[in-house]
Amino acid sequence: MPDSTTNQSDHGTKTVSLFVTCLVDQFFPNVGEATVQVLKRASCEVTFDNRQTCCGQPAFNTGYREEARVLAKRFIEIFEPAEYIVAPSGSCTAMVRNFYPELFTDEPEWHERAKSVGAKTFELAEFLTKVLGIETTGALYNGKVTYHDACHLLRELRQRNEPRRLINSVEGVELVEAENCDTCCGFGGTFSVKYPEISGAMLNDKIKGIEQTGAEIVVADDCSCLMQIAGGLSRQGIKIRTMHLAELLAQNPNNRLRK
Amino acid sequence: MRITTETFDENARGALLNRPLQAALRHATHKFVDNRRYAITELDDWEDRRQRSNAIKRETIEHLDRYLEEFTTNVEKAGGVVHWAIDSAEACRIVVDLIQSKGEKLVVKSKSMATEEINLNHALEAAGITPVETDLGEWIIQLAHETPSHIIAPAIHKSRADVARLFTDVLGIEYTDDIPKLTAVARERLRERFATAGVGVSGVNFGVAETGTICIVENEGNARMSTSLPRIHIAVMGIEKVIPKFTDLALFLSLLPRSATGQKLSSYTSFLTGTKRTAEAEGPDEYHLVMLDNGRTKILADPIQRSSLFCIRCGACLNACPVYQRVGGHAYGWVYSGPIGALLTPQFIGMDRGKQLPYASSLCGACKDVCPVKINIPELLLDLRSKIGGESGSLNGKRPRLAEQLSKKAFAFIMARPGAYNLAAKLGRILQLTIAKNGKIADVPIAPLSNWTKNRDFPTLAPQSFRERWKREQENSGKE
Repeated sequence: MPDSTTNQSDHGTKTVSLFVTCLVDQFFPNVGEATVQVLKRASCEVTFDNRQTCCGQPAFNTGYREEARVLAKRFIEIFEPAEYIVAPSGSCTAMVRNFYPELFTDEPEWHERAKSVGAKTFELAEFLTKVLGIETTGALYNGKVTYHDACHLLRELRQRNEPRRLINSVEGVELVEAENCDTCCGFGGTFSVKYPEISGAMLNDKIKGIEQTGAEIVVADDCSCLMQIAGGLSRQGIKIRTMHLAELLAQNPNNRLRK
Repeated sequence: MRITTETFDENARGALLNRPLQAALRHATHKFVDNRRYAITELDDWEDRRQRSNAIKRETIEHLDRYLEEFTTNVEKAGGVVHWAIDSAEACRIVVDLIQSKGEKLVVKSKSMATEEINLNHALEAAGITPVETDLGEWIIQLAHETPSHIIAPAIHKSRADVARLFTDVLGIEYTDDIPKLTAVARERLRERFATAGVGVSGVNFGVAETGTICIVENEGNARMSTSLPRIHIAVMGIEKVIPKFTDLALFLSLLPRSATGQKLSSYTSFLTGTKRTAEAEGPDEYHLVMLDNGRTKILADPIQRSSLFCIRCGACLNACPVYQRVGGHAYGWVYSGPIGALLTPQFIGMDRGKQLPYASSLCGACKDVCPVKINIPELLLDLRSKIGGESGSLNGKRPRLAEQLSKKAFAFIMARPGAYNLAAKLGRILQLTIAKNGKIADVPIAPLSNWTKNRDFPTLAPQSFRERWKREQENSGKE
């Protein structure tokens, strides 16, 4: 089993099975393509198993553990053979790594399988910095950006500095911090539609914090946050764009990504 | 107090539209958050302290029977009388009977969430006894006939102007919003009560098993006055508040004030062990301790929820919570609000009444990060969600709403089958043609997505999904 804790720069070819996530698959395919580009540029071979659908987080968060278990078992079976599993999402990664074992407290065999799969499942920034030991993807983007700390990435996966290091490694980028960068955007899954007014109030404060930075772009490593933030910016007619971290890291002068 | 937890969503909507409340909440919670952040940097081993306190609490809670026995034995040895109350009715009856049997009519009270929980003031008044709250915040809301909206700052929802107006209306003083002046008025009025009350009622922050000592922390001195001037002291204590050793207090007292208000120590920290010993001039003649269950043993029996009993009632999770910051404590509809309230309230008042609360959270985890005893609040919220909505089936025999049942089954069906998933994706792209404009959707006419578009735009499904593009690329490169 590959040692996933090494921080050495290791340029032997690693094979990554892409866990694209249902949100990216259906709504933000550019993010998936950017993730593939970034991984390829980091000398990884990327495969995509098209049997994948959803990690089951929406069911789990709503309290439907039986349904979540079914999807978790499916995920485990599909991704078990992979060397590495990488997702452009902190919340989906946290679901697999931190919460799958909880689903199987009464099933020891599945519990072990869940832990094994979780141990080789990584969010993108995590994978780049911790497993590949790379600090730059050679990207170029001239502009002022601000970074939003997605809650699961920050508090479940404990990634705060890693995405920032990668952003700062992009040539031409100026990273300005919002004072409330690590405050929740208000998405929270079904919370966003169960309590739309509270979700909206949290979103307004998030947007105000972003506006105060003067940044043209807000970057995050979770499309659910970006969906929430973009939805608010769009409704309020604010001309700040949202960009996924993968898309930023894939930017380079010779091959600008379509937006 | 009237419980309004069932209408949390309505309460929250009202709170969001209440501008003065919004301003008061924002100001106070941000101040608490900033002060706390500074206070913990003074210690270089904060995380280690949290870990240790979590371990001590776990040990205590998992052997609660043993520690309670040790504690109450030592309380009695020191001259205290221990009473056990299974629920709030019994607790109130014990306190009322005690006071009536002594012929007393006036009670001074220091701040105690446990006494709010059992609605003690209401029971006292019904029995012709006058309770006077002596904590300034509690006195303010008592004058306003309101309930506390925060665990440690009961009047957090009131602005200075609110208090000024209240004092003028209720006390008849000339209007002033000068804080020292307002405080002086409170001090003068309450002084007389301390001196004449025959009974003092307090809560308990920590009960030390080893010595039978109770520890009370406060900033105003009113708890000290209430527990030393009157001849009778009655303390109401949740059974989970016991800790093993006297030296454990050093750890917990380094965590509680910092987490609550950002203070190294609160202004007054009192250690009360039993009654007067021989020639002491101060102190009550009689000391009664009411040990309150009121649903705690039920929580104790739940191996996952039992860690919510670690709570030392610091309020840090409230201050850090983006939901609490915006809706305030009254929206939760009962005594315990914020993240810890979302756990405790449904379990105390009933899951069917409190079932909104575990869902009124984005699971951001800010609470988990600040809890001094490391309660994993999001994990416990998720557990409650699974008990409310999930495989434990229905609550009290009522089946979950049909619409939710169907959507849950539909979600699981579609996501477990790539064929169904792809078909649903295709259907979605056709359906969205009717509502998409300029690459976004401003109004989805069906619930629950209609709630999204109330205040946000929704993205359109991409013309081609990632998997379709991947497939095409594989085919193209295959051709080369």
